[in-house]
Parts: sequence; C-alpha cells; structure tokens
Amino acid sequence: MNASATPKFAKVLLISMMVVAAAACSKKVKETPPPPAEPTTTQPVTEQPTTPGAYTPESLDTDACLRQRVVYFDFDQDALRPEFQAAMACHAKYLRDRPSARMSLEGNTDERGSREYNLGLGERRGNAVSSALQANGGSGSQITVVSYGEERPTCNDSNEDCWAKNRRVEIVYTAK
Amino acid sequence: MTRTLRRLAALVLLFIPLAVLAQEPPQIDVIGGQAAALPIAVVPFAGSAGETDIAKVVAADLDRSGQFRTLPQTDMVERPTTSAEVSYPTWRTLRQDYLLIGRVIPDGAQLRVEYELFDVAKQTRVLGEAKIAPAAAARDVAHQIADAVYEKVLGVRGAFWTRIAYVTASGTGNNRHYELMVADSDGFNAQSVVSSPQPLLSPSWSPDGKRLAYVSFDRGNSSIYIQNLSSSGRELIASFRGINGAPAFSPDGSKLAMTLSRSGNPEVYVMDLGSKQLRQITNHFGIDTEPVWSADGSTIYFTSDRGGRPQIYQASAGGGGATRLTFQGSYNARATVSADGKKIATAQGNGNAYRIALMDRALGNRWTTLSPGNLDESPSFAPNASMLLYAAKEGGRSVLYTVSADGRARLRLNVGGANVQEPAWGPYRQKR
Repeated sequence: MNASATPKFAKVLLISMMVVAAAACSKKVKETPPPPAEPTTTQPVTEQPTTPGAYTPESLDTDACLRQRVVYFDFDQDALRPEFQAAMACHAKYLRDRPSARMSLEGNTDERGSREYNLGLGERRGNAVSSALQANGGSGSQITVVSYGEERPTCNDSNEDCWAKNRRVEIVYTAK
Repeated sequence: MTRTLRRLAALVLLFIPLAVLAQEPPQIDVIGGQAAALPIAVVPFAGSAGETDIAKVVAADLDRSGQFRTLPQTDMVERPTTSAEVSYPTWRTLRQDYLLIGRVIPDGAQLRVEYELFDVAKQTRVLGEAKIAPAAAARDVAHQIADAVYEKVLGVRGAFWTRIAYVTASGTGNNRHYELMVADSDGFNAQSVVSSPQPLLSPSWSPDGKRLAYVSFDRGNSSIYIQNLSSSGRELIASFRGINGAPAFSPDGSKLAMTLSRSGNPEVYVMDLGSKQLRQITNHFGIDTEPVWSADGSTIYFTSDRGGRPQIYQASAGGGGATRLTFQGSYNARATVSADGKKIATAQGNGNAYRIALMDRALGNRWTTLSPGNLDESPSFAPNASMLLYAAKEGGRSVLYTVSADGRARLRLNVGGANVQEPAWGPYRQKR
C-alpha cells in the first residue's frame, strides 16, 4: 500500500460510514419502516462500481453493517426477520461493488428435532439469506449455500438462549 | 388386562425423574412391568471363559429385553451346572419359570460352551446345545445363547448377537473430533471405523452387515460414503451441490436411498449402487428426507414437512404419490420401521419435549411413548423389533439408551465417548 492510496481509502471509509449512519438515522426518525435497500440500489453505484462510496475489502472489517455476518432465525422458521434487512442490503451492495467477491452462507439450526431434517432446515435458512441478497442486487453466482444443520452449534446448553444463538446463517466471505 | 398394565407402565415411565436415569453405573431400568416379565434363573456357568462371565452376559441381555426378569445370584440357594444337579422344587419355590445352566470347557485355543434350559413348571429340559468358538469370541457365544433362550421361550428370534453403529463427538470448537463406531448390541467391543475432525452422522447398515453408509462433512459440505467394515476401504457415493444426506440401504443391498438437494430442495432419491443411476422418489417444495425402506423394498417411508411441520409419509419405491402416516404429535421425524411394517417409531415432538414414540398400525395406529427425556432422538429398531436404540441428552451430553418396544425396560448403554449419538442397530449376523 503506497502513501497516495491512503487518503483515498480514508475517504471511501468516511463515505461508507456516512451512508450507514444516514441509513441508521432515517430508520429511527421515520414512523413508517423505510426500505433500507433503496439507497444502495441507486444507479450511480451499480453503473460505476469504482466510484467513491463503493465498498473495498477493508470495509468488511471497518463497516458496521458489513461486520454484521450472522443472521438469526426464529424456531423452526426460515423467514428473515426485518431487523436483518439492512445487513442484507449492505452485503448485497458489497457483492455488487466487488464482482470477484464470493460468499458462503452457512445454515445452522438448534439441536431440537432430527439431524437430517435440520440439515434441510439449515439449507432453507441459507437459501432465505441468499434470496434476500439477490433481491438486493447481489448475484447468485457469487453465493454458495452450505447447511450444517445442528452439527456446528456456537452454544452447547439446552435452553432457549442457546438455541436462539444457534439458529443462524453465517455469512463467510471466501473471496473478498 | 396385561395391555392395561403395560400402558400404565408406559405412563409411569414418563414420570421417572431424570436424576435417577443419570446415575452411574448404568442400571437396567425396569419400569412397572416386572409382573409381566418371565422369571428366569441364569446360574453361573461352571469353568471359566477368561474375562467373560457368560451367565452374566446372558442375564444382562435377557433383562434388557424387558421380556425376562433374571434372579439375582445372591438369591440362588443352589448352583447346578449339570442336569443331574437340577432340583425343580428349589426353583419352583424361588418362583422361577425357567432355569439356565451351563459349563465352559477349555479346548486348546477354543472354548466349548454347553448350556441347558429347563422349564421349571413342566420339569423338562427344553433346550440343550454345545457351542465351540475361539476363546476371544466368548461374548459372541453368550449373546447367541441369549438369542436361543429368547427364541425358545418367546417364539421370536433373538437379536442380542447383533452389532450397533453410532457416532461419538468430543472436544469443542476447532478441537472437535468425531468417530463412527461399531460395537456389540450391549455396547461392548466398541471399535472405531471412521475418524474425522468434521461432523459424521446417519450411519446405515447394509443388510449383510458388512458395510456402513454414512454422512461426513470432511469435504466442507455433506457427502455420503460407504465404508467397508472388513477391508477398511471406503467409497464416495454422493457429493452433489447442496445436501447429501440420510443414506439407507435397500433390503437387497443393491440400492441406496438418500436425500439430495441438488435440485435446490431436499428430495428423496434412490441410487442403484452398481450403475450409480439416480431415480427421484419425491418431488415437493417441502423438506423430504430420512428415507426408510420397507422389508420387501416396495415402499419408502420418509420425513416431510409438506403439511407444515415434519411428519412421516410413505411412497412407492418406484416413485409416485405420498401418503401421510402420522397424525399424533406436532413433529414426527427419523422413522424406524419394524420388519413386518406394523410398528413405526419416531422422534416425536410435543411442545419443547422430543421423545421416542411408537405407532402400532396393527392396533389402530395406537401410540405409545417409549422415552422420558426432552431431547430424545434417532430411534432404531433391533432386527426383531423387540427393542429400540435411541439417543438422549443427559447432563449436557448425549448418551444411548435401549428400550423394549413395549416401553417396559430401558437401559443406558455403557459406551465411551463424550457425546454418543446417531445409533443404528445392525442386521442379524450370519453364523460363522
């Protein structure tokens, strides 16, 4: 990384943070739920991916929205909860900004019920996140869904707190 | 009357506190139905079979079945080892219906085990046999004797001389370790078959007991392998995009049913293992998985949530429409089906409790709950359908239980491993 590149990065960073902040603000102020996807689907972004405001690999570590890589689900459900719409929008934007980026969506369930059925349920959750990303303009060719069912819990107790943490899709960037 | 008693026993079973079940060492947990179990005295055999106490292995098998109730050795006022020493009045006084005695005679590297079974009321010997086996196979001989007694008295083939497969999981995070294990039906002689840092699940026996199909995540995604138990060779069977799961050998061993989501949605397929050709059995946007074959190979049972929540359905193994079979319980999955097709056991969910439940189609689809836990899963019938294996969660770890098909006797299997899960009861073994 050379010296001249640094201010550019800082600028990009600043802008992307402002975009996120603006989105967050508008959500709080307005009574009606605003569609968070809109600001990221404006034409300048899609037509000129290298314009200021486009995500860079560094954004994955610095951008508050992009750092949100886990989507949680209700029991036996694969419907995306509204609170994850903003994350869907920014990750979809990242995929658009970075056509070479690839992600794996790892679907997981809690321990209840049969392991093989849970493989199916984990995949459904992965597919739900994949669909949401594509609805926000991400390309299906950049996304792979893998289901681990109940085999990869992050929490091992048998109670609702734990189960809620395990019912999730993890967004893993395999190429940034 | 007996049935009422059994149902009562099943009810009582539900209220056994979990703490009792968690006690070490595992005890046979005979619930309520003592009166209906047949009293039998299994007298210590004369001679020695090395580490193996043959009478003890036989007695444990018979007790575990729930069909027999063995006399404690401390109550044996006489210990005959030959028919000449048998005094029927003694055993009648002790209220025993049957008496089993035997002798172990070392014969070089071999063992000669002779046993005799007596009907106390009729005062006759009903069974007598000599078995010759390598000394290392003493436990096999004991299980075979238990099978012979079981069949002679009940008229049903015994399934003690069988093997079970299961998965152990230990460690946490990046140090997680999985092993696919094979052991005797009582949990002894456990041997590792496959070892992996990635999850293993869903072992399925070939009908000849020589191969195990299973699911591994060692390629990142789920894939299906077949492991040869004698040659240690393994073959990758399915590694399509999406889920590759729930393998099940057809009764003739020539085909493997499985779940694939390569079309974008989990569907049941049947693969011809010779040609590797796939035939799609189900076609529905719901999750269709966990195929199980009927004994004649004509029908496939499977789990589907096409009606909203998972329930058991059946379809022709040639494809075509599916019929829903289970209507009690909000969740029924992972079916195991008796050879005669009359009994179907599932992991049944009601609210937050998942228990093993058995539906008897010969009795108007009557359900019996067989397990008392909250996270019981993976039921697997013994080949004679008199008992089931299942996995339960106790004190934060998974353990295996056997339970008699009438729910009367339940025993935690004494197998090593931090977490023991995914049990599959193997087929009858071939005589050597």
